[in-house]
Amino acid sequence: MDLINAVIVLLNYTIIPALTYGSQLALGAIFVTLIYGILRFANFATGDMMSFGTMFAVLLTYYFQSIGINFGFLPTALLTIPFAIFMMILYMLLIDQTVFKYYRIKKSPPVMLAMVSVGVMFVTQAIIRIIIGPTDRRFLDGEKFILKATEFKEMTGLAEGLTIKSTQMITIVVTIIVVAIMFWFLNKTKTGTSMRAYSDNEDLALLSGIDPKKVVLITWIIAGILATIGGILYGLDKSYRPFVYFNNMLPIFAAAIVGGIGNPYGAFFGGYVIAFAEIFLTYAYKRFLVYILPESLEPNSLMQLLSTDYKFAISFSILVIVLIFRPSGIFEGKRI
Amino acid sequence: MRNYLNIIIAYSIMMLLIILVGIFQSWSIALTIFNYCMISAVMTLGANIQWGYAGLINFGIMGYTALGGLAVVLVSVAPVPEAWSVGGVNMMTCLGIIILMIFSTRYILKNIQKSNKRNYLIAGIIIVGLILIKIIAGPAIEQIEAVDPAKTGFLGGLGLPVLFSWIVGGLFAAGLAFVVGKVALGLRADYLAIATLLIAEIVVSIIKHEDWLARGVKNVIGLKRPAPYEIDLQTSPWFINLVEKFHSAKLDLANSFSERQDILNQLVIDASSVYVKLCFAGMFLVVVIILLIITQKALYSPWGRMMRAIRDNEEAASAMGKNVVKQHLFIFILGSAIVGIAGAMMVTNDGLFTPGSYRPMRYTFVIWVMVIVGGTGNNFGAILGGFVVWFLWVEAAPIALFFINLFTAHLPETNEIKIHLINSAPYFRFLLVGIGLLLIMRFRPQGIIPEKIIKQ
Repeated sequence: MDLINAVIVLLNYTIIPALTYGSQLALGAIFVTLIYGILRFANFATGDMMSFGTMFAVLLTYYFQSIGINFGFLPTALLTIPFAIFMMILYMLLIDQTVFKYYRIKKSPPVMLAMVSVGVMFVTQAIIRIIIGPTDRRFLDGEKFILKATEFKEMTGLAEGLTIKSTQMITIVVTIIVVAIMFWFLNKTKTGTSMRAYSDNEDLALLSGIDPKKVVLITWIIAGILATIGGILYGLDKSYRPFVYFNNMLPIFAAAIVGGIGNPYGAFFGGYVIAFAEIFLTYAYKRFLVYILPESLEPNSLMQLLSTDYKFAISFSILVIVLIFRPSGIFEGKRI
Repeated sequence: MRNYLNIIIAYSIMMLLIILVGIFQSWSIALTIFNYCMISAVMTLGANIQWGYAGLINFGIMGYTALGGLAVVLVSVAPVPEAWSVGGVNMMTCLGIIILMIFSTRYILKNIQKSNKRNYLIAGIIIVGLILIKIIAGPAIEQIEAVDPAKTGFLGGLGLPVLFSWIVGGLFAAGLAFVVGKVALGLRADYLAIATLLIAEIVVSIIKHEDWLARGVKNVIGLKRPAPYEIDLQTSPWFINLVEKFHSAKLDLANSFSERQDILNQLVIDASSVYVKLCFAGMFLVVVIILLIITQKALYSPWGRMMRAIRDNEEAASAMGKNVVKQHLFIFILGSAIVGIAGAMMVTNDGLFTPGSYRPMRYTFVIWVMVIVGGTGNNFGAILGGFVVWFLWVEAAPIALFFINLFTAHLPETNEIKIHLINSAPYFRFLLVGIGLLLIMRFRPQGIIPEKIIKQ
């Protein structure tokens, strides 16, 4: 019985939150990695692009609520996803045409493009703040919990409760669906294959008749879908605040590089590596150990490896370690 | 002389803008902007050494700035004797352990050949060291933080003159840069940018959360100042006399003695803040000029030519027998040290250390915009970039407000769009700086004042 309780504690406080957070990071990391693999630059506007898509979801959710549309027990925000994605893709294509295209055609070095993306970051941040303001916004409605701790305790008669928030479930399910479709697209369709070819060897791909304009267009469209969905899922689970989204760029970068930048599978995996490391290293294991250790060995401190203040620092440290020992990432990077 | 014409014109326009702020807003604001412009200029000089001279991309400016600020606290604040007596010994032991760890690791790296055994030994040393530190430091930190937490709760500093901390700030930043350089300089340019940015975040999060060191997010206020305090000035007779002489015409207009006294009081209060800012401006100007002379000399020295050669063609420079790795590390340390000095200057100017305010937006990306806009590889350009971008950053909100009012003048006061726009005026600074950066990168990628190579 104690063992089951211990497992439930771990599941409740570490594994489920880590899976959720990891999914959100993974979507962002695939976005970063696609841009890096195909357009060949580190996009410093990542966080703000995700924020841009989410902003439309928030505004539309408020609008839908005001005219009385809802999605039953699911959050209304899910209904707004297609519209938000549409706006996001429009914005991305606009930015690409007005800003990035010039440098792509000129074949500027990647650093130049990264610097340009800093400019895009500033502009996007300004637009977001002018439209929606910098405040914290919650836009979750519908059922909050799938499983409440008290219900779980009654059901099973265990001492520990298991809580599953609906946003956690939605995040994991949506991520699996989106990522599955994306991998299917990249691996099985002709367009996906041409994208991989373009990423592997641009000159060869051009020789064999692949249209670079189409590849770039499709890349931005996929990037828009990933960025918007990732942003909305994060916003539903926590809350929407432009500054937080900007900061999330850093763990997302860490995830993409840890997995091997340019490699979507690596990015997907890297998101979970970062999330699990952050949560496992900052979790206070006292409650868990109380169940599995004999009474004489019970710990009296919190048994926390690092204080939760260092959550972000952990993911960055992992990144630094990976960069030193295996700069190409856990999976071989720069392939798509 | 003709070569310097565009520099002189650009600087004159900049000075004119600041004087205009002085006339239309107030001299105090103008001087605040001027001081911050100079601090930014020092940061840009540091970043320009790395990017312009050597092509190294350092997005970790925030971390070095924060370390410079930390130096001010650690050098100038008076020590807290109670904190030292409860936890000083333990913390010093930890410092000793860390030093011991570093030296033993170095010894192993030097004397044992590369093998699994060596890796395990090093890992063992690090793990044992960390556990020891956790055991020794844990209770000490708790005790230190419990000493009068509202006011102190940290070890305090050395109580030395604050100007000394500018040098220490540079040294701290140089130390960090040495570690970062050793770790990350081999990486490709965009990886290096991300790695330095994230390492800076780690540094800032340590400063934020280790309260025993510098009170963390509880901030340290009332730091020492190398300039006189306003309150002292307002009561010292020589200063009041000076103000009286300066404004005698205005004072003579007063009708009665009491009215004259009121006006004089107001003038003294205004003048005291201007005087203090002038003192800072003088000190900063000295630093900027010294750094400018040194960097200019370095740029046109054999060493500067070597750096440019390395930047433009690493392989060729390496084939000529130049040690690229060593030079990169050296210039990375040098640039970071200058940024550290700027961080210390900034905290001295503010008189308070607020670790929570170190954010990558303000302390990394804006500084980079300054470098790019001003002109990479040109020190005059870098300083100008610091001035222009900081000026825009501060004055963007008033400018935006002016235009919003102009374009929405026909709308009634209660119009929702107008109110919304007026409320969001502060965010137009992001728009202005972003668009500025994009335009410069597109139409004048070498910056306002481009790099100039003098044939010798």
